[in-house]
Amino acid sequence: MSKFQKKQAGTKQQVPTAAMPDIIFMLLIFFMVVTVLREVELQVRVDFTRADNIEKIEQKRLVSYIYIGPEILGGGQFGDTRVQIDDALVDDIFAIRRMMYDKLMEEPRLIVSLRVDQKSEMGIVSDVQQELREAGTLRINYSTLRGAQAPM
Amino acid sequence: MQLKKRSRETAEVPQAGMADIAFLLLIFFLVVTTIDVDTGIGMQLPPPPDPDQEPPPIRERNLMNILVNAQGFILINEERASLPEVKQLVMDFVDNQNRAQDPNLAESPRQAIVSIKTDRQTPYEIYIDMLDEVIGAYRQLRDEASMREFGIQYRQYSARVSREDNVIREMYPQNISLAEPDPGS
Repeated sequence: MSKFQKKQAGTKQQVPTAAMPDIIFMLLIFFMVVTVLREVELQVRVDFTRADNIEKIEQKRLVSYIYIGPEILGGGQFGDTRVQIDDALVDDIFAIRRMMYDKLMEEPRLIVSLRVDQKSEMGIVSDVQQELREAGTLRINYSTLRGAQAPM
Repeated sequence: MQLKKRSRETAEVPQAGMADIAFLLLIFFLVVTTIDVDTGIGMQLPPPPDPDQEPPPIRERNLMNILVNAQGFILINEERASLPEVKQLVMDFVDNQNRAQDPNLAESPRQAIVSIKTDRQTPYEIYIDMLDEVIGAYRQLRDEASMREFGIQYRQYSARVSREDNVIREMYPQNISLAEPDPGS
């Protein structure tokens, strides 16, 4: 009996913490790799629509975003539908052509992701599409969430 | 002797704080990380129209006109259709060769063109819902063909072969044409 007790007393009760920094570093490196720092400040409201037959964009580096939606005026107010590219609202819709052409020159395999608010009208979307055609950036992606369609 | 011992102690870098620093960095990256996968409906826009070149002639039976008007109603070849019907209608039209063989529908899936037109006031949401149905129709046709030919889903098949060797893709190309909306209205 005494022998048994002695054995139990001999085992260490503590969890070894020597490897903890390694584990933390591993997690740290994982998050550092997957982090995409948000580079744009949204100035328009974008509520995504939903769709079922969607695909993932695998290469995020190829993607350039165009945001279309009502301008955020602050205080819960929304203005007219505007187009935002990178950090700025686009005043002249014909300027998109030049901007996207420059981006295409930098990245020939560019994919343009159109992030359009669900309450927008098609007019402005097709204007942007016409500009994209002129710029030659023909690969586009209508950004949507996965899920059942919203009831009509 | 004592002095020598002390100097050896100070040469060590303290390791105890390292975990804290790592934790701090970890928490920072945890907070700023947004793991959002970009998903959406991929489309290929047509190249800009060439004024010198006439558009190639298309037989009327090979063209399916879908119009989504300003009220959000869907008109297929001038006839009213509801959203859930769109998928079946597109499938019947594209795969006419293997189905009804209706002389008014497409000759073959490769020649079939789905033309989508909107008004300027068309709600974007309904346009996407409709586009989703059309893409869904093509996906189902490709899935069926893939199951028939290879016994696997199209998604698995397309992951295995390169884009050039993809016979299912060639069998059912997604000929979706996005027409410009009417300037008026």
